[in-house]
Amino acid sequence: MITSQDSLVPLTTYSGVIPEKRELTTRPRFSDKVFRAIVTSGGFTSLIILGLIALFLTLQSSTVFRQFGLHFITGFEWSQGDPESGAPAKFGIGAMLIGTLVVSMIGLMIALPISVGTALFINYYAPDWLRKPLTIMIDLMAAIPSVIYGLWGFFILMPHAVYWAKLLHKYLGFIPIFRMPSEIYERSPFIAGIVVGIMIIPIITAITREVFSQVPLDRVQAAYALGATRWTMIRAVVLPFGASGVAGGAMLGLGRAMGETVAIYLVLNLYFIPNFNILFSSGGNVASLIVSKFGESEDFELRALMAAGLVLFVVTLLVNFLSDLIVKRTARKGR
Amino acid sequence: MVEINSKIEPAQTNEIQSEPRSKSRQENKMQETNQVASLASVAAQTSRAINKFTPGSGFETKNVHAWFGKHHALADVSLEFPSNTVTALIGPSGCGKTTFLRTLNRMHEFIPGAAMAGQVILDGQDIYEPGTDVTKIRLKIGMVFQKPNPFPSMTIGENVLSGLRLAQLKRSNKEELMEECLTRAGLWNEVKDRLGAHGGSLSGGQQQRLCIARALAVKPEVLLMDEPCSALDPGSTLRIEETIRQLAGSIIVVIVTHNMQQAARISDYTGFFLSDGGPGQLIEVGTTNEIFSQPKDKRTEDYITGRFG
Ligand SMILES: Nc1ncnc2c1ncn2[C@@H]1O[C@H](COP(=O)(O)OP(=O)(O)O)[C@@H](O)[C@H]1O
Ligand SMILES: [Mg+2]
Repeated sequence: MITSQDSLVPLTTYSGVIPEKRELTTRPRFSDKVFRAIVTSGGFTSLIILGLIALFLTLQSSTVFRQFGLHFITGFEWSQGDPESGAPAKFGIGAMLIGTLVVSMIGLMIALPISVGTALFINYYAPDWLRKPLTIMIDLMAAIPSVIYGLWGFFILMPHAVYWAKLLHKYLGFIPIFRMPSEIYERSPFIAGIVVGIMIIPIITAITREVFSQVPLDRVQAAYALGATRWTMIRAVVLPFGASGVAGGAMLGLGRAMGETVAIYLVLNLYFIPNFNILFSSGGNVASLIVSKFGESEDFELRALMAAGLVLFVVTLLVNFLSDLIVKRTARKGR
Repeated sequence: MVEINSKIEPAQTNEIQSEPRSKSRQENKMQETNQVASLASVAAQTSRAINKFTPGSGFETKNVHAWFGKHHALADVSLEFPSNTVTALIGPSGCGKTTFLRTLNRMHEFIPGAAMAGQVILDGQDIYEPGTDVTKIRLKIGMVFQKPNPFPSMTIGENVLSGLRLAQLKRSNKEELMEECLTRAGLWNEVKDRLGAHGGSLSGGQQQRLCIARALAVKPEVLLMDEPCSALDPGSTLRIEETIRQLAGSIIVVIVTHNMQQAARISDYTGFFLSDGGPGQLIEVGTTNEIFSQPKDKRTEDYITGRFG
């Protein structure tokens, strides 16, 4: 038995000098090097393309920003000016940005409940034989070109939607967004929102369905073993677990809705006045502005369109960035 | 109570195939007898209220079979669980203990292609009777799983009461119920100051006791436990064993365990399952004292002496 301290042999002699941290390296194999080169170049290619697009747009539009400054974003007019009368060109896409937001929000509000419902149906309610065909059909929806949605929206949906809009105005007209400055219901943000909403259903559904299908089985079983019904199980287990996926899907859908071009061009009346009366025939979004003006514009207006493109580019990046944040924030809870 | 399955084929050779060297064999023999003696003495030490099964009350199964698709996993299990008793189910892995347990509260049918035959009777009612509300059955027959699985999106308190929410039950004195269940599960003192913390912040053993508390909150008549301690440290295991003994005063507990010491310590009755390559069967059931001191079947004896499994 050891009784006194000095009979202990010290196992370590710590001099107090902290050695330099060693570099931790390994010599990669040749095959690893090749593979690494391939994936690295792949990864960088997309970064470079993204950078080049931003650079191109910035260079092309710099004169526009220099001339109008912040007014380009907050202004509500679009005129080339008139060389004869000497009226200056005025470009401001404020109304288009508002239109982008309004239409995407309407689209999201329509698409989100339908998508979450569809995903829940496919995962938890549909009979086995229906699951696969339903999934394939929804994925197919994503493959339909947006011009088709636009045409369908214009010719088929619009007459019905005008009727719904009239009902909304009649019974809920006291709510500011359902007021009508004058009785024109065609090509309104409401109709554009429905079209965009239908267009983004597949992507939101696909993502939520995927996340819902990853809910840990032991939690599902724990809920059922406590006498849960399907719906109470979904509320207690599936939705908290899937919340981040739903948020991520919604943001992706939002990004897609904001960039939507041709369909909006067909079903929305382009007007450079900010319009929050969603049933009224006036609106526009940045992307549809660009297609509608691109063919006939020259010189300075063309540059203004590039500037609009740059703004859209930045806003879309911001939304993506934000969606990442939201997904991470919500993912921490509920898992 | 004791009902030995009559359809079992005669005992097969379950001796260890490869002959160990004679010396170590001698040692093995000694160890075995020691082990049997100790298991038997453990079993004998536990005080038991031997209730007789009264037909028409309590819980019993009649000729239960189970399949996974074409795979016949369990054959002809008839068992009676008298009220206020703990029944341990033992047997080598893969012999159908979990499958049997999951037929008892209709969790078996969640697995695609799963099928069953026979009857499971609670209070004179067949729980597989067409038209039965399966959610009500699972309220009466609760379950604790092998791996602790509290709901991570809920706090400790919410976890305990989650059954009320899930089964849409109304209760007024929720605080009382929460304390009562946590106390019965032996967790109250450890968590009473942090009921608002998330369930995932507890240790594995605490999580499992939380799951027991959660299962108790809906006032089940039967509690099924599938190796509830297999992932836990000895301390937590001991706490849960105490909990189980206390529960036996008021409900029926059916527990699957790999640990024969545990079966000897906590159960009133023990059933031994075995699969000889075919479907798993109930080889023998009896009071825990009998099973560990004088098993009737050679295979039971071989298993509890550690000769296989
Ligand atoms: N989900 C499943 N699908 C198919 N076969 C299964 C499934 N679960 C268990 N089995 C089979 O059923 C038999 C019994 O398994 P189980 O009840 O888990 O045994 P134990 O719990 O006694 O270890 C085994 O042969 C196993 O392979
Ligand atoms: Mg098992």
